[in-house]
Amino acid sequence: MSHISRRKLITSGLAAATGVTGLGAAAAIAQKEGLVPPDHGGLYGLGETLTYAAQRLLTKHSLAREFSRSQISQPPLANEMAPLKDSFKRLQAGGFADWRLSVDGMVARPAAFSLAELKSYPSRSQITQLACEEGWSYIAEWIGVPLSSILEAVGAHPKARYLVYFSIDREWWDSLDMADALHSQTFLTYGMNGGELPVANGGPLRMRVPRQLGYKNVKFITQLTVTDSLKEFGKGLGSASPEGGYAWYAGI
Amino acid sequence: MRYHSLVGDIAWVPSSTAAVRATTSPARHSALVRVTHWITTLCFFALLISGLEILISHPRFYWGETGNINMTPLFKIPIPSSRALVPTGYLYVLPDQNGWSRYLHFQAAWILVLTGTLYILYSLFTAHLQNDLFPNKTDLSWRTFTRLPASETSSYNVLQRITYLFVILILFPLVIWTGLAMSPAFVSAIPATVTVFGGQQSARTIHFFVTLALLLFLLIHIVMIALAGFWSRTRAMITGRPQERI
Repeated sequence: MSHISRRKLITSGLAAATGVTGLGAAAAIAQKEGLVPPDHGGLYGLGETLTYAAQRLLTKHSLAREFSRSQISQPPLANEMAPLKDSFKRLQAGGFADWRLSVDGMVARPAAFSLAELKSYPSRSQITQLACEEGWSYIAEWIGVPLSSILEAVGAHPKARYLVYFSIDREWWDSLDMADALHSQTFLTYGMNGGELPVANGGPLRMRVPRQLGYKNVKFITQLTVTDSLKEFGKGLGSASPEGGYAWYAGI
Repeated sequence: MRYHSLVGDIAWVPSSTAAVRATTSPARHSALVRVTHWITTLCFFALLISGLEILISHPRFYWGETGNINMTPLFKIPIPSSRALVPTGYLYVLPDQNGWSRYLHFQAAWILVLTGTLYILYSLFTAHLQNDLFPNKTDLSWRTFTRLPASETSSYNVLQRITYLFVILILFPLVIWTGLAMSPAFVSAIPATVTVFGGQQSARTIHFFVTLALLLFLLIHIVMIALAGFWSRTRAMITGRPQERI
């Protein structure tokens, strides 16, 4: 017969209590420091939270690798896309002159930008790799306006925690934490390899987040919303991806 | 020395005396080795299955920085794909299972890394690797291979030692490293993680081959255990002892 001594019972009880308290404290600190992803619940929440927290701490200020012009993939890859809707085709027929990017939420001056207005901000370019979660990748020159310039122009609230972005097809939406939204390589992209951004690659306007995988780089952006909580968006998981079974954070 | 160990092994054949010895001798595997072994086993299967699912979405391999369907692959795996984008020659597309596969892959990877770290820390404190896995001085001779094979009921022979060390110190670290080399965020912080391999696609290809090496190890491992006595060895890795206690 097994015999559990009183001392053993007390020490294991104390150890368990310390463990639970410790975990609780760690969770509270992680939540406060913005190290918990919106899709932290469920079966895979542990792995997701560890990945996001570790990468957020490790990569807060790091820059995505940039490549030389000779490394640009020719031809640039155009991957599978849902059929374009009529609303898109009408704007395309007009040369995207009526394309608007509206910016709202926790901002001092909500605004709607035309492509010409976006192009009036200092333009930046980067030669970076777009890697898909499927395993393929290509390198291109991406030309656009840093997202931080637009967030500065509209006066994003300092207590904002996330930037939500929507495609013209509202089923496609995603969000970034402010570390990625304000990162110097996060662009609203309108050009590629020296020319206009082709529709097949997300033109006229695509979110470019080179430190995350392809699916965070949503095509055909028409709306940005600055917020301090993702609860009100969709199912509250941060983007359309977790609703379709994919992780919100795509740094790996 | 070798003579003594042989005598010892003969005495270990299941019998009433052997059973008594099993209860008094130290465990063949310590509790920590047993627990980390089975957690690693579970994680490896989770990583293998989810990794295969992810592979199906692009069953082509490249060398260098980039790789996509516009480029000539190093080689292709002749299987159907879960993406219509990939020209496989098959007329059908498999269902997309990458969502849960990726969640599971990284969760299992974290548990594996944490378990492996615990194992290495334990090994440093108890000199487990030196005592049980690094080859003995007497093993470092070609005579080891020509002598009668000593039973390894209480210890490992030199080939086992070298194989286990290779898996623990080379293959697992390399598969974790090449996995991290595919992370755009991780390599933004530590670019050398990927540049030493010559690019993200090279890292992906090496990740695949190291997985094959680990799979080969697993198959040989199971065959060897079957040859040595499957239930006795499996029991030893669960309870710590090859024979049942009385």
